[in-house]
Amino acid sequence: MRKFITKRILYMVLTLFVITAATFFLMHSIPGDPLSYMARNLPEQTRLNYYAKYGLDKPVTEQFVLFLKNFFTTGSLGESLRYPGREVTDTILTNSSVSVVPGGLALLIGLVIGVTLGIIASLHKNKWPDYVVMFIAVLGITMPVFVLASLFQYFFSVKFQLLPTTGWGKPKNVVLPVACMCFGTIATYARYVKSNMLDVMGQDYILTAEAKGVSGFNVIRKHVLKNAFLPCITLLGGQISGIFTGSFVVEKIFGIPGLGFYFISSINDRDYTMIIGTTVFAAGLFVIAQLIIDIAYGLLDPRIRVR
Amino acid sequence: MKQGTTIPADKFRIIGINEQESEALARKRIGYWQDAWRRFKQNKIALAAAVILVILIFFIIFGPMMSGYDYEAMDQSAINQFPSAAHWFGTDSLGRDLFARVWQAGRISIIIGLVAALVSSLVGSLYGGIAAYFGGTVDDVMMRIVEILLSIPYLLIVILISVFTDSKSLGTMLVALTLTGWCGIARIVRGQMLQLKQQEFVLAANALGVSPMKIILRHMIPNTLSLIIVAITFDIPGYIFSEAFLSYVGLGIQSPQTSWGALASAAQEKFMFYPYQLFFPALMIALTMLSFTLMGDGLRDALDPKQRK
Repeated sequence: MRKFITKRILYMVLTLFVITAATFFLMHSIPGDPLSYMARNLPEQTRLNYYAKYGLDKPVTEQFVLFLKNFFTTGSLGESLRYPGREVTDTILTNSSVSVVPGGLALLIGLVIGVTLGIIASLHKNKWPDYVVMFIAVLGITMPVFVLASLFQYFFSVKFQLLPTTGWGKPKNVVLPVACMCFGTIATYARYVKSNMLDVMGQDYILTAEAKGVSGFNVIRKHVLKNAFLPCITLLGGQISGIFTGSFVVEKIFGIPGLGFYFISSINDRDYTMIIGTTVFAAGLFVIAQLIIDIAYGLLDPRIRVR
Repeated sequence: MKQGTTIPADKFRIIGINEQESEALARKRIGYWQDAWRRFKQNKIALAAAVILVILIFFIIFGPMMSGYDYEAMDQSAINQFPSAAHWFGTDSLGRDLFARVWQAGRISIIIGLVAALVSSLVGSLYGGIAAYFGGTVDDVMMRIVEILLSIPYLLIVILISVFTDSKSLGTMLVALTLTGWCGIARIVRGQMLQLKQQEFVLAANALGVSPMKIILRHMIPNTLSLIIVAITFDIPGYIFSEAFLSYVGLGIQSPQTSWGALASAAQEKFMFYPYQLFFPALMIALTMLSFTLMGDGLRDALDPKQRK
């Protein structure tokens, strides 16, 4: 087990390094730089001074080495080029802590409802509860988020005036974004849990348990549920890292000052430090979540326990 | 010896043995695909989804010619009109007929979905197949590459490509979507093939000296086909969705060309005043998503022998 974890951590570091390098060189190969967007009419000398200040006059490889050196010695990802004076790490921490609220709530609610619906559907396969659940689940993934968000805003804010359209800070502001975001999660988990449950119910050991006279309820509770939930852990990995980075569309429509906004705007602004900062942050979370899930899976499922 | 139970010998006679008929099959032979089709037909929901899809495709092919308006033609005297006898789906802010536009947009959206899903599943299954077949270090390196590709921000790649090729055309969009889109299928195929690799028929092929490429193409891919087909049916609406997202961010298909995503995101801003402009493209996206997903479910049940009742 220890050997496996060490190996995985080494891989993780390597993966992160390659992602950082790839993103770094990719973003520098996009035509245009931060200054060409923000200050088109600068005198030549001022422009050169700015380049020198941010180290943009050096070759890209040298900039990359400098970036790595800065990060490892001071832990700093540099200063935003679009918003001078703002540390990238500060921006990421402040805004991701905003994104976590609706993202985390949506994941939690979506998970609970989705799993419940999936169980109900699997226990009544090909009867009306199954059809109702699958209908709800499919509806959840048929609408682009921005359409869903508009509909919610129209009905709950404009028509019935129950909830605020946009804004942040009050509990009321969280309701609509969370509702928008958890639809997809509900759909995913309901379908996934259902097919897992059906899969497990067809296994021989369930038949054995039934033959031995275990009651129907106990078979489901002790044998089916446990085995059906395991694969769900793999799905969770990507989603957990996703709640920190936020959803661009939902945050834009509901005016939430989360991190999702910076993902898109930094690329459009060619805000190099912000692009690399958000990417490293997201990739790091993704890889760490993946590692934790691999370990958890190994611990929970004796069949694939690593030697 | 009991009386009454014996049958006299003359009641029996030899009718002869027809050797050819004894080998004949009592029922028509049913292959894998026929069997799958038979089970798919029994699934009413999946069948209904397929019918909706056929109707949608009919309108996508013939719809743009039906209303009598060109999808690009602007009419200053008929701006933002609600649906009427003249304009079945109404008009947009430039007076363009929405009926023609919605179906023209459907062409783009469906082409994006189909082509992107086919290309990425082709690339993905080959990649996954090779990784699984060779295993060991090759597998490790190849899967690490997939992991890295999946973690690079997808928008960065899309922007990079659209800037490099200096266009936001259909082709650019397809390249951008498929460039990392194949990774998911590669993972699925690899997982399935790792299981297949352990099975005897692959060992037998190996022992007979069949080349690795041929084993992948002839033995392992056909056995993964049902998974791939199902993944394609789920990928098609996925790509239509991704395109809608890109349009919303402003990186999608540019006017006067249009897609469902582009129509919907343009209408989203004016939703309070002209709800019908959002309604029709959103309805089409929803119907397409719905029918592909339900059909995919049906196909999965039909193609997977383990699901047989």
